[in-house]
Amino acid sequence: MNNISLPIIFLVLAVVVLVFGFGVVWLNRRKPAAPVVQRATPITKTAVVEKLVAEKVVVEEAVEEVAVTEVVAVVEKASVRDRLSKARSAFGGAVTSVLTRSEISDTTWDELEEALLRADVGVRVAQELMQPLRARVKSKEIVSPQQLIDALRQDMSAHLVSTDRELRFDATIEGPNIWLMVGVNGAGKTTSIGKISAQQTALGRTVMMAAGDTFRAAAGEQLATWAERSGAEIIRGAEGGDPSSVIFDAVQAANARNIDLVLADTAGRLQSNTNLMEELRKVRRVAEKGAGTVTEVLLVIDATTGQNGLSQARVFAEATQVTGIVLTKLDGSAKGGIVFAIETELGIPIKLVGLGETITDLVAFNPIEFVDALF
Amino acid sequence: MFDSLGDRLGGVFKRLRAKGRLTEADVNEMLGEIRTALLEADVNIGVVRNVVERIRVQAIGAKVAEALDPGQQIIKIVNAELVAMLGGETLKIAYASQPPTVVLMAGLQGSGKTTSAAKLAAWFKAQGRNPMLVGADLQRPAAVEQLKVLGAQINVPVFSAPGDPVATAAAGLAEAKRIGRDVLIVDTAGRLAIDAEMMQQVSDISAAVKPDYTFLVVDAMTGQDAVTVAKAFDETLSISAVILSKLDGDARGGAALSVKEVIGKPIAFAATGEKMDAFEQFHPDRMASRILGMGDVLTLIEQAEKVFEKEQAEAAAAKMFEGEFTLDDFLDQLQQIKKMGSLTNVMGMLPGVTKEMKNAQISDDMLTVTEAIIYSMTTEERRKPEIINGSRRTRIAKGSGTQVSDVNKLVKQFSEMQKMMKRMGGMAGKGGKKGGPMAGIPADLAAALGSRPGSR
Repeated sequence: MNNISLPIIFLVLAVVVLVFGFGVVWLNRRKPAAPVVQRATPITKTAVVEKLVAEKVVVEEAVEEVAVTEVVAVVEKASVRDRLSKARSAFGGAVTSVLTRSEISDTTWDELEEALLRADVGVRVAQELMQPLRARVKSKEIVSPQQLIDALRQDMSAHLVSTDRELRFDATIEGPNIWLMVGVNGAGKTTSIGKISAQQTALGRTVMMAAGDTFRAAAGEQLATWAERSGAEIIRGAEGGDPSSVIFDAVQAANARNIDLVLADTAGRLQSNTNLMEELRKVRRVAEKGAGTVTEVLLVIDATTGQNGLSQARVFAEATQVTGIVLTKLDGSAKGGIVFAIETELGIPIKLVGLGETITDLVAFNPIEFVDALF
Repeated sequence: MFDSLGDRLGGVFKRLRAKGRLTEADVNEMLGEIRTALLEADVNIGVVRNVVERIRVQAIGAKVAEALDPGQQIIKIVNAELVAMLGGETLKIAYASQPPTVVLMAGLQGSGKTTSAAKLAAWFKAQGRNPMLVGADLQRPAAVEQLKVLGAQINVPVFSAPGDPVATAAAGLAEAKRIGRDVLIVDTAGRLAIDAEMMQQVSDISAAVKPDYTFLVVDAMTGQDAVTVAKAFDETLSISAVILSKLDGDARGGAALSVKEVIGKPIAFAATGEKMDAFEQFHPDRMASRILGMGDVLTLIEQAEKVFEKEQAEAAAAKMFEGEFTLDDFLDQLQQIKKMGSLTNVMGMLPGVTKEMKNAQISDDMLTVTEAIIYSMTTEERRKPEIINGSRRTRIAKGSGTQVSDVNKLVKQFSEMQKMMKRMGGMAGKGGKKGGPMAGIPADLAAALGSRPGSR
């Protein structure tokens, strides 16, 4: 047996279980499945989505029941379009070539698809968006390139407009509201907390920050700087400590001091890291063990993110019941089109958009401006 | 999540095989699938267009229709093309004759510059150098503190001064000369490629320290924008090489290909984990199969190496190949594999896992049920499942809270697996590459098994 190298052995072991596991599923398909195995059958993608939607509905209903005062983050009205003009002038509208043609040809469709893909909406979503348009062009409902672009923009915003995007703050609950920030490394969680904190204190709410990122070096210091700038209090734990307990302590402290809102930071983690996702699940669970209630779980996504964003949203939502997306760094040259797929496919609303480094640069998401800026 | 190129081409070729020869339309359909696969991996659309054209030329020349398995042959062509694109010239560090050798780090916010700077310092240290870090990111709160903490962890001095980043960088260079460090790594603030003011600042820093190497840090999850970013930074700073960060995630990482193609600079390093030593030189071949969703066997093996006990694994494999693998051993291995993460994840890394298998989405709950059944067996039953008769079955089902049919299935599966393993054992022993069809084992996995180099 010595001639078999170790890697092969490892591989074989992996294969053993996988082949075995697959076999069970396969057998089930051939025969009507036994009840127990059916229970064990994995959750399919649609099931996850349905579950998410269902959970969301439940949360919304519950919130309505207690007659919540939902408050929009009141900020200086910064137009997404204005802020993006820099990027747009630098790279030109990707659809200008579509518009310069006098009629709709095969090239038009190619260019339109390219514009969508360049904005990172993804191949499948791009095709789904173009299909109904093709039919409308065929039936002569749409004849000019300008009409085509307008129709596409309308369709896209129509997919986004119906959703409730307000940050949920429930003044009637006992104890503080807790807003939890989650996301991959470098998405901009800590910075977003700083900005949200400034806006919430401006609204007259008292804010406590929980430095739940105990992993990254100096993440606590970074958050403390933001706490100081925004007039919030902060609870920090030891570096390398248990994030759940830091957040729990912050909630208890906030409750004792009659503070309205706890903004809980967490360490960035890649969604493929099972152990860290388990840890996050625990953070979400433990956050509500004390006096407060988690009313928002915000997933922070960097606008430069490509198709992996969908996987991020799916896994984070499954682990922490994400209630909204914060799209950061949209003031760069990236368009953040992946959030269109996230909202339309997973039903997670985009709530805030980051457009710059100052405190007022985090604004409420506006679907029409976002779609206009996409191309 | 996304279909691998293998799955995509599999569908096309199933139809083609009946026809026996490729028409132009067939080639186009095939190229369409390749295009989609690359786009789903976040390769920039302009780059995709070029790659697809090059593959078209090769595919036509290769007369794939005559091949035994045209799908595999096309995949080989695509794979080779990507490896060639990603690889090529590698970065060799030539240390400056007058130390220190200066390295400048640049990139967008959150791409991983600070962490990569520290990891790079640790890497230089492992090469026997005496690096020093300079924190010139005075923008982000506590960025310098972060660098100092990381520096302390790897035992590398960190210099920084408040005020102006350009002056700080220059002072860092003077300090490195003064205390005699031979490598200087300058961390800078994250900046948007379109922020003219900030780009001017990094350009000034570059002019002040005259770096021997300028590394652009690119997040492996970046989408189409990677090209714009790389171009802008290359124009401003003349990038020497790219560091690909966060490669331990499940992103396909097409950005690597885009950046390489657009600025033509090598990808020197890949950051593959949270720890300071999770930083390695870039492997174009691994990246190519990752972009194509063809599984990442080497990463899988590395992960497996972390969780499996070497001796135990060897013993188990030996038993397996000799058909002496018991349910007890199986249970052991099951638990080890659970440590590697979710099954779907592990499966995603296996090459040749078919679409059907992926869609089945093996749930980890199923493992729990399987475990429960095995736990409800006596030692003897675990050793010799064939003695499990009707009454034993009922007892096991009751004990594990399952149905008799589930117990049946497990026993049946196990014996089939044993047979298969025995056959594989025979093949692996011979080192045969072209062995007969292996029941249930996907073809390219078998090839991977056969062609792995003998030692590690």
